Amino acid sequence: MQKTHDHKALWLVAPALLLVAFTAVIPLMTVVNYSVQDTFGNNQFFWVGAEWYREILRSDRFHAAFLRQIAFSATILAIEIPLGLAIALSMPKKGLGVSVCLVLMALPLLIPWNVVGTIWQIFARVDIGLLGHTLNGLGIDFNYTQNAGAAWATLIIMDVWHWTSLVVLLCYAGLVAIPPAYYQAARIDGASRWAVFRYIELPKMSRVLLIAVLLRFMDSFMIYTEPFVVTGGGPGNATTFLSVDLVKMAIGQFDLGPAAAMSVIYFLIVILVSWAFYTIMTREDFEPSGGAR
Amino acid sequence: MAQIDLKNIAHSYAAAPSSEDDFALKKLDVSWQDGGAYALLGPSGCGKTTLLNIISGLLHPTQGAVLFDGADITPKPPEARNIAQVFQFPVIYDTMTVYQNLAFPLQNRKVPKRQIDVRVRRLADMLELSKYLSRKARDLSADEKQKISLGRGLIREDVAAILFDEPLTVIDPQLKWSLRSQLKRLHAEFNHTMIYVTHDQTEALTFADQVIVMSEGEIVQTASPQELFERPAHTFVGRFIGSPGMNVLPCAIDNTNVILAGHAINIGRNVTLPSDAERIELGVRPEFVKISTDENALPATVEAIEDAGRYRIARLRLHDLQLAVILPDGAALPSGTTGVIFDTENTHIYADGHLVERRA
Repeated sequence: MQKTHDHKALWLVAPALLLVAFTAVIPLMTVVNYSVQDTFGNNQFFWVGAEWYREILRSDRFHAAFLRQIAFSATILAIEIPLGLAIALSMPKKGLGVSVCLVLMALPLLIPWNVVGTIWQIFARVDIGLLGHTLNGLGIDFNYTQNAGAAWATLIIMDVWHWTSLVVLLCYAGLVAIPPAYYQAARIDGASRWAVFRYIELPKMSRVLLIAVLLRFMDSFMIYTEPFVVTGGGPGNATTFLSVDLVKMAIGQFDLGPAAAMSVIYFLIVILVSWAFYTIMTREDFEPSGGAR
Repeated sequence: MAQIDLKNIAHSYAAAPSSEDDFALKKLDVSWQDGGAYALLGPSGCGKTTLLNIISGLLHPTQGAVLFDGADITPKPPEARNIAQVFQFPVIYDTMTVYQNLAFPLQNRKVPKRQIDVRVRRLADMLELSKYLSRKARDLSADEKQKISLGRGLIREDVAAILFDEPLTVIDPQLKWSLRSQLKRLHAEFNHTMIYVTHDQTEALTFADQVIVMSEGEIVQTASPQELFERPAHTFVGRFIGSPGMNVLPCAIDNTNVILAGHAINIGRNVTLPSDAERIELGVRPEFVKISTDENALPATVEAIEDAGRYRIARLRLHDLQLAVILPDGAALPSGTTGVIFDTENTHIYADGHLVERRA
């Protein structure tokens, strides 16, 4: 085959490249620029090298926020992925039920983040919230402004309520794309319900599940609005996740250098973990043909 | 293995069928002998897959009963019917190896491991899959995947019947021939009852001992390939089978003579038409028409000659009727005005589409 060696294709990519440069690459580079300098105002900057990085990586405050963040993402993934799968599997495949279920599922996704936060902030309040008031009426000590456990529970339930639908919709799309012949063949082959799930549905859904896991991980790892609205990072620092901490540092304390260094580290972590998920979940595809001998 | 009888089977996909037209499958009775090789042949949408799915239990018929060896199994689901089915497109379990795919139906039925191993290796040998046994099934080509599907259909020795739903559609033409002869060989070896659905006449005629031709939810004829060719029971069968199909020409009957396009032909026998017959037609296969300049030949004009590779087809015009004739090898190409002679033994009369039986 003859390959063409002119560079016309470059012109086709150029507009997108330009857009990405202005929206992502250049702002990111500004952050990188801040992260290696210090300033005492007056728009004067001094080169400090990797100083801020060292400081952030050694700071207990960052470690604590990072651990909280990992714990939060792990918890919501552990709940939302199996729950979403289970709901998708039990949704009807045809008839009027399909549209009803889809609309119900899509509803939480249509609500803006800060509104979701406000809904739950009020819902869980001890004085007027339906949930908070009822729980306390039942004798359960539930107060997310004072109790770290209650704050975590509120945020996790809120996230599950808000985002499980996304997993459901993705899984459902994967499920309905399976040709009926697969189910028919499984019945003829005498496969159990579990075998149908394990050998037909799960493999056919692996791609959408990967997307669901990646989206939910990245999103939850960067969660800001909801904890900011509901708990403000408290009580104490109990729900101060990475982005909440970052905003406190950058805008609250106006420590531009350390905040920029933290942003870069944060960014690298998200990329690294996403890559790890991707590699693990698609490792079978990378297996050379006939490798499993 | 078993004899399968369908009694009074009809099926409609509508929830409340009100008229005959709502039925995808109109009332039919069929018997499949133990160990027979059958083909269900018909155009798309004629109900052959519906019929197959009723036998396997994937569909519950609107009415009628399915009997295996005389026992009514109509309410039983497919897994309880002891039947194997191969689908049009390859169905493989992606995450399993070829070996695991083939063993799957046996494992689900708790067959001892050693027995499974013997059976899988033997079948893989026959289907030329042995070298792939430890490969992941999804890494194989479409042809090989369909072989795995076929293999899963053939793996169980004790099945009442193996049903094939156009299994060679996705297979390369060269491989089709070899797979079809493999299937015939497997049939001879294991003696399973096999029912093969297809819209491809070559496939049906080469595979089956008995071909069931279907049209619009009805069985038009059940016969051996030879009989389908020589004595089509219905003009539909005549047209559908053969390449090109049978010439079906409107005609009239006058005592012993057939009046065709204003000419009388003696077909050498009397025909008695049903009294209410409205449409009388003469059917003759292109193979049984000869070009002739004999004086009692019917005058015809050559319109075109087509080369079909192995033989040539002359398209003729007989007054206002179209006629196809297959030319014998090496025959001079006819042109202009010439004549045709029908082989009277193989010329049939149809009343309203149905063959009028000859009388002695």
